[in-house]
Amino acid sequence: MAATDADRGLNAGARPGTAPTAHGQGADPQVRVLIPSGALGISIDPAALETGLTMAPDIIAIDGGSTDSGPFYLGTGTCKYARASIEREWAMLMRARARLGVPLLIGTAGTCGVDAMVDWMLEITAKIAAEDPAGVGAALKVATLKSSQSPATLAEQFSHGAISALEGAPDIEAVDFAGCSQAVALAGAEQIQAALETGADIIIAGRATDTAVIAALPLARGCHAGGAWHGAKIGECGALATDNPGSGAILIEFDAAGFTVQPTGAGVQATPHTVSAHMLYENADPFVLHEPGGHLDVTGARYTALDARRVRVEGSVWVATDAYTVKLEGARQAGFQTVSLVMVRDPHYVAHIKDWVEALEAAFRAREASNVAGDFELEFRLMGQDATLGALETQVMGIEGGTDGVHEVGVMAIITASTQVQARDIARLLNPYLLHFPLTENQPMPTFAFAFSPPEMDRGALYEFQLNHVLRLADPMAAFVLETHEIGVSA
Amino acid sequence: MSPGTGLVREIRSKNAGPFWVTIDVFCRDADAFEVVRTRLETAEVARVLQADPQRLKRFDISELHVIKFSLPRPHVQGARLDRDMHGASFAVLVQEVLEAAGGSG
Repeated sequence: MAATDADRGLNAGARPGTAPTAHGQGADPQVRVLIPSGALGISIDPAALETGLTMAPDIIAIDGGSTDSGPFYLGTGTCKYARASIEREWAMLMRARARLGVPLLIGTAGTCGVDAMVDWMLEITAKIAAEDPAGVGAALKVATLKSSQSPATLAEQFSHGAISALEGAPDIEAVDFAGCSQAVALAGAEQIQAALETGADIIIAGRATDTAVIAALPLARGCHAGGAWHGAKIGECGALATDNPGSGAILIEFDAAGFTVQPTGAGVQATPHTVSAHMLYENADPFVLHEPGGHLDVTGARYTALDARRVRVEGSVWVATDAYTVKLEGARQAGFQTVSLVMVRDPHYVAHIKDWVEALEAAFRAREASNVAGDFELEFRLMGQDATLGALETQVMGIEGGTDGVHEVGVMAIITASTQVQARDIARLLNPYLLHFPLTENQPMPTFAFAFSPPEMDRGALYEFQLNHVLRLADPMAAFVLETHEIGVSA
Repeated sequence: MSPGTGLVREIRSKNAGPFWVTIDVFCRDADAFEVVRTRLETAEVARVLQADPQRLKRFDISELHVIKFSLPRPHVQGARLDRDMHGASFAVLVQEVLEAAGGSG
């Protein structure tokens, strides 16, 4: 339907009071967003951050996670990074915020963005505030935006037709939501704007789109909507859109016509190529990016080098949709795993490695079936042959393909069962086969190389992504919980 | 993959969310892009990726000298049978298609 930037209801003028400072609003809006790193916990370059602070940003915004590291973090509701890294970098940003008096915003707190991770970040924030009140501010207002969804509520919404599948989504039924150990909805700009509107010094958001935490303030101030979303996409990974991706910080300046990209690391350059190419990154469609409430179309974007470091972008378009939807993510537990690893160095066995594994598995299943209680999955991956690509592997090794350049193979046995104890017991049953199984009955008993004692390694629970769906909302805040907290206030 | 010295600067693959993977072929310049886009046949890329050709999306982006492929992951990221959490290894297969079609150099 509507296809112009001005059509977006929550943009120009809708929330004129959002955030405490502004370079320009109304007819000539201008918002500078400093993105100090691609994600909290990776590392922050102090010099690049310091340079960024001299550029008078209106807000410091950083991403706290994504699905990129796999389903474990959402499934368990935990953070990928060490707490020490999070504390160190968050303290740097809290001190930077205090110096400038601008909001500090993190989205997708704690890698997965579940409610428990928002609480975790709030606790870390309070700890830092207690330890360094002079540096980060003696009295802080913190807004938390929570994104976790109740599986029971999702099942009900699914039954009422409010949840629909995206392309490639698993087939699910209402009952499947109960299997999700955790589920979240991705907040968009509207929910982040509501958090900013509280006037909080610090906003800790649960799961949100990477772009929303950057686009929210420019959109609220009336900046060009296409430019706001496009600039947010360019800045979401920090300096990844520059010629030195490891350099960390980047500043995006948004206005009424588009945006300007400027890295803050010493000697780092953004070029029309590095900026435009970033739309390709982790994006199935290089021209379109779907967000709550619409999509970004950069087909007509124009990239211009202002100088050796800065790039100007105009011409991106925001296309609003009638229905307001937010994406859902969910993970379920799919059993427990134990892994055993044995190294094969004997040239004869290396040359016949596939035959050996097939014979070993057949013998194991035939002889040990009666000793195994319950269903299990046993999978072998041959490192040095096809462990990475599996059935897609194009290189052939063994009798037919020869063994040139291959002198050893790692055989990784992965056992998946309904409990950890069961998976470990099966791995123990497999142990003598991995250690001594002969290729043929008339060969001397071989012994292969275990790197550890015991060779079995419990992996814990296996989690799988369950949802690739969107939830339709009449009110953007309906699936989210916004609260404010006062921390560091003396009685 | 590592930067090349011929027609292609880099071929990379990466998750586009847990359910999709996307592969970017960065060509050296406009002339290289024209050569590579001809050599890199969609049907052959679908074959090596064992992908449904109807679901393999291709974008030839002349402005960036990039050819991009996007497809549903063979296995959902992190699922029991998934072998590459970030989907980074699929690039190797596209590189091999290009080599077989006349090389990337």
